[in-house]
Amino acid sequence: MKILVPVKQVPNPDEKVKIKKDGSGIELEGVKMVLNPFCEIAVEEALRMKEKHGGEVVVVTVAGKDAELQVRTALAMGADRAILVETNEELDPAAIASALAKVYEMESPDVVIMGKQAVDDDSNQVGQILAAKLSLPQATFASKVELSEDLKKATVTREVDGGLETIEVELPAIITADLRLNEPRYASLPGIMRAKKKEMKVIPISELGIDTAPKVKVLKLEPPKERAGGVIVGSVQELVEKLKNEAKVL
Amino acid sequence: MSVFRGIDYFELEREFTDEERIIRDTVREFVEKEFLPIVVDHYRKGTFPVEIIPRLGELGVFGACYSGYGLPGISNVAYGLIMQELERGDSGLRSFASVQGALVMYPILEYGTEEQKERWIPLLASGKAIGCFGLTEPDHGSDPGGMKTRAVRDGSEFVITGTKMWITNGSIADVAVVWAKCDGEVRGFLVEKGTPGFEARDIKSKLSMRASVTSELIFDEVRIPEENALPGAVGLKAALRCLTQARYGIAWGSVGAAMACFEEALSYAKERVQFGRPIASFQLTQAKLADMVTEITKAQLVCLHLGRLKDAGRLTHQQVSLAKRNNVRMALQIARTARGILGANGITDEYCVMRHMCNLETVDTYEGTYEIHTLVIGRDLTGFDALTS
Repeated sequence: MKILVPVKQVPNPDEKVKIKKDGSGIELEGVKMVLNPFCEIAVEEALRMKEKHGGEVVVVTVAGKDAELQVRTALAMGADRAILVETNEELDPAAIASALAKVYEMESPDVVIMGKQAVDDDSNQVGQILAAKLSLPQATFASKVELSEDLKKATVTREVDGGLETIEVELPAIITADLRLNEPRYASLPGIMRAKKKEMKVIPISELGIDTAPKVKVLKLEPPKERAGGVIVGSVQELVEKLKNEAKVL
Repeated sequence: MSVFRGIDYFELEREFTDEERIIRDTVREFVEKEFLPIVVDHYRKGTFPVEIIPRLGELGVFGACYSGYGLPGISNVAYGLIMQELERGDSGLRSFASVQGALVMYPILEYGTEEQKERWIPLLASGKAIGCFGLTEPDHGSDPGGMKTRAVRDGSEFVITGTKMWITNGSIADVAVVWAKCDGEVRGFLVEKGTPGFEARDIKSKLSMRASVTSELIFDEVRIPEENALPGAVGLKAALRCLTQARYGIAWGSVGAAMACFEEALSYAKERVQFGRPIASFQLTQAKLADMVTEITKAQLVCLHLGRLKDAGRLTHQQVSLAKRNNVRMALQIARTARGILGANGITDEYCVMRHMCNLETVDTYEGTYEIHTLVIGRDLTGFDALTS
C-alpha cells in the first residue's frame, strides 16, 4: 500500500520564540527548526503500517527549500521518498491543502496520515480541508488506527472531549494523528546515511496551478502579558478586601 | 529548563554536513530524553543503565565510523559529535560506547579473522553483546609493555594467566579483548564470558565514574581455542592503535562534558542573586565565563580539524595525544570553575557539575595520562624519548 504523509517544519517547540518587532510573525532567524511533533507521530504510524502491510511511505511538505533537513529526518526514520512542493511564501491552511490535493492526485495513495495540527500556528485545519477538497472520509485526532485485512477500511479511535470515539472509514481516507497514537522512533544512524540517497523530488508550487492567495490574513501577533509579581497580604481582612476591590472576584 | 542549543561561538555549525547535524541532534535528543532523567539515580547507586545498551545499538552508535558488516560508516566528525553528546550526558555513557566501538569492534575489524568479524561485529553493533578491553594491569598502567599476563600455547589452545585492572564494562562483557605476552611478544585474544578460570570482579569503591562498570579481570589458566587469537594483533603497537581510536573519541567527548558544565554555570550565574544582582553581572564571574567559552571554542576547533584529518586518513597518534591531553584538562578545569560558580549548590547532584568534575578526574588519567601524552608530544618534537634511557 502507498501511504502519503504530509509534514511541516516548525520552530523547536521547547524553545521560547520571539515575535518580530512589527508583530507580523515569529522571528525565525537563528531559531532551530524541527519536524512538527504531530508529523513525527504520523510518520511513525505510516512506518508501522508499512512494516505490517508492506508498501511505500511518501512524505510531502509544502515549504521553502530549507525544510529539506526536516524532510530528511523523516526519510532517516524510514520513509521511502519525499516530495517538496517549493514555495517561499507563508501559505494558509487552505492553500496548503490545495497543494496537497494536487500531490494526492499525482500519487493516488491508499491512505493519507498527517499530524492533527502543527504546533506553530495550531491551525488544525489542513487535514480537514484536504478531506473536503478530495471528498474523502476523514478520521481526525486518531489515538489508534487499525487497517482491515483487505486494506479497504480503517478503524480509528478518536480522542474526543471526555472520551474516545471509534469510527470506521473507507480507504482512501485522511487520518490525522493525535499525541497518544504512538511514540515515534529515533532515526537510526544507518537510516540517516541511507536517507541521503533517497529521492527528494522538488516541485515548484507554480507548476501545480492552484490558487494560493491567502484567505486568512494574520493582522498582528503579540506576546501574552507578562505576569506581574504577587503580593503577600498581612491578614484575612486585607485578602478579602483585595479580592473584592482590586481583583473584583468576590 | 531551557533548551540546549549547543555552544557555538565561532559558527562551527556551518562546517558540519546535514548528516553530521542530524546524527548529532538525534543522539542529543536521545541522551536528553532517555539518559539524563536516570543518570543521577544510577550515579548514586553506582550502576550503569544496561537497558540503554540495546537502544543505543538500535540507534547504531557503536562503531558507527567503521564500515562493513552492516556498520553505517559515518564520518569521523559525526562519530566525534556522537561522543560529545554522550559525554554531555555522562563520561560513563561515552566510556561505554568508546570501549564497545573503539576498543572492541575496532581490534576485531582490524586484527580479527573473517569468522570473528562475522560473529561479533553484528552482535556488538546492536548491543546484543557487550565487549571490554583488557590491557591495563594492577602494576602496569602507563607502562603496559611491562605487563605480566602471559599466554602460553598448548597444542591448539592458548592458556592465559594474569590480572587486568580498571576494565570498563568488565563484569557485564560477553567478550574481552585481552592483551597478553606470548613468547615475549604482546598479542591480542578474545576471551568469552564463562570460560573456565576467567572471572570479573567489580571495583565498588569509586568516587568517580560511578555510572559505569569498572572491573578487575582475573585469568587463572584460562584455556581458549587458537581461533580466538586475533591474528593481526601482534605487538604493543596493535593495542596502542586501538587506544588512538578511543582517545579520538575522548577528545570530542570531553568537550561535551565541558559544554554541560558551562551551560549550567552560565544559566545559574544569570539567575543567582547576591548583593542585590545576578552574580553573572560581576566581573569575576564574567571573566570565568569568558575563559570557559574561549577554551571550549578552542577545543571544538581542535576536534573538528582532528576529525577532518581522520576522515582524510592523515591523522597521527601524536595529534590525537595533543587533543586528548588538551581537551580533557580543559574540561576538567571548566568543571571545577563551574562548580565554583555554583557555590554550595554545585556540590549536590541536583546539578551536573560535580558529577562531571569527578568523572573528568578519571578521564584525565585514563587512556594515557596527561603526563604520558605530554611525553608523547615531547618525543615527537625533540626526538628524545623521556621514558627510555
